[in-house]
Amino acid sequence: MKLVTAIIQPHRVDEVRAALEAAGVKGVTVSEAAGYGRQKGHTEVYRGAEYTVDLVPKTRLEVLVDDADAASVTEAIVSAAQTGKIGDGKVWTVPVDDVARVRTGEHGADAL
Amino acid sequence: MDSGNIAWLLISASLVLLMTPGLAFFYGGMSRGKSVLNMMMMSFGAIAVGTLAWVTFGYSISGGGDTINNIIGDPLGDFGMISTVESGDAMSIISAGFGATFAIITVALISGSIADRAKFGSWLVFAFLWVILVYSPVAHWVWGTGTAGEGFDALLGAGGPLFADLPGPYDFAGGTVVHINAGVAGLVLALLLGVRKGFGKEPMRPHNLPFVMLGAALLWFGWFGFNAGSAFAADNWAATAWVNTTVATSLAILGWLLVEKIRDGKATSLGAASGVVAGLVAITPACASVDTWGAIVIGLIAGILSSLAVGLKYKFGYDDSLDVVGVHLVAGLWGTLAIGLVASGAIQDDPGLFYGGGISLLGVQAAAAGVTIVYSAIATLIIGLAIKYTIGFRVSEEVEVSGIDLSEHGETAYEEAK
Repeated sequence: MKLVTAIIQPHRVDEVRAALEAAGVKGVTVSEAAGYGRQKGHTEVYRGAEYTVDLVPKTRLEVLVDDADAASVTEAIVSAAQTGKIGDGKVWTVPVDDVARVRTGEHGADAL
Repeated sequence: MDSGNIAWLLISASLVLLMTPGLAFFYGGMSRGKSVLNMMMMSFGAIAVGTLAWVTFGYSISGGGDTINNIIGDPLGDFGMISTVESGDAMSIISAGFGATFAIITVALISGSIADRAKFGSWLVFAFLWVILVYSPVAHWVWGTGTAGEGFDALLGAGGPLFADLPGPYDFAGGTVVHINAGVAGLVLALLLGVRKGFGKEPMRPHNLPFVMLGAALLWFGWFGFNAGSAFAADNWAATAWVNTTVATSLAILGWLLVEKIRDGKATSLGAASGVVAGLVAITPACASVDTWGAIVIGLIAGILSSLAVGLKYKFGYDDSLDVVGVHLVAGLWGTLAIGLVASGAIQDDPGLFYGGGISLLGVQAAAAGVTIVYSAIATLIIGLAIKYTIGFRVSEEVEVSGIDLSEHGETAYEEAK
């Protein structure tokens, strides 16, 4: 099993969710994130005083998938989240030892 | 008994009381999330102790009854407002109540200059003493006697009346008493307490701009009681004050946004809300002295001046956190002086320089502002120093960094506050 984690632009969440559903992914965890990469921060002005906001708001998606689906799920996220501008984010995959479904106690692929 | 006038003053007093919770939102939104409750509590605390200060000694000092050497009202002359209430005269009773709401908002305004760092108990002590020792005497000089000129003469005129043969000074609803007074006191306290950790280096961005907009709206609404209520009648003066208040405030929004658009590239919501307050402040003393064109000029220039003045604190290094000086002192001064320039002479007797009057009204307005500045600075400094060296005025650095809400009030506004 693999954990696919994506950091994307908040305004692409709906498109990515639709793409994941089309790819047969049954569940996803979404959380708010903040960070910076090549996009850096931006400047805000309050009563004439400039503040540099270093951390840019992003959305983090986490999906657990079978090894065989990891590549296609990654591609689905990339194509749905892409705008072509700096700040589109990143997607990465890490191996997962075990998964348990809390309701039933099932383990492994059955719990996905 | 004129029930129409009494009804209008009852409503006006209620409107002005609403300004202070409105100010709590205006200031609270501008503060950081970890200190918003303390910021709002300084306004609510001002209501609590300001009322007590007013009914005990404040009203007696400001009122026009028995005096001490003609200089201030006898503090015990109407202690507890007992004789006023017992008089059974509705106009007198609600006028005393109306005065309380002015004292409260004035001292609450000061709290903006010491955001995030004042001990709550010390603030309450300060607010109580300041209403009695600073607000009430100035209110006596400007409003408590026959004319402001007589009041200042009593204070200054060792060698005879200074203002007797001159026009004015005019202060319809509180340019000197309220805004210059609070602005100077704010500057003094900001200097006395010192800058916050990270001032000018770390971002201290307003944590809730919708609160700021809401607060500005409540202030504007309440200000109709402040300005039009200061006519003490539902008459021509009240109506004129209402119109001028709306006109000047609208133009001040435009003035502030114009500066932002040219200087920073964008017109901001904080700028619009700040423009509202700058315009309201500037028209306060002048709202019954000018025609519509005068209100337009006063409002537009107030927005421009205050939007430029809020940057001074970074240049001179005083942490007037929420710009009590830049907005209230600067716009209050401008409105007070503007009477000398654009008073129409149609309602109040003396026209300003550009309406066929001489330069003397401008000079008298400047003198009234000057006396207020000097008295407020000295008296505020004495009260502030007394608190600083007895019970202490400022919280520890640790409290300031972790957030004053939790340490002073045992609460936090949000689960994760920065």
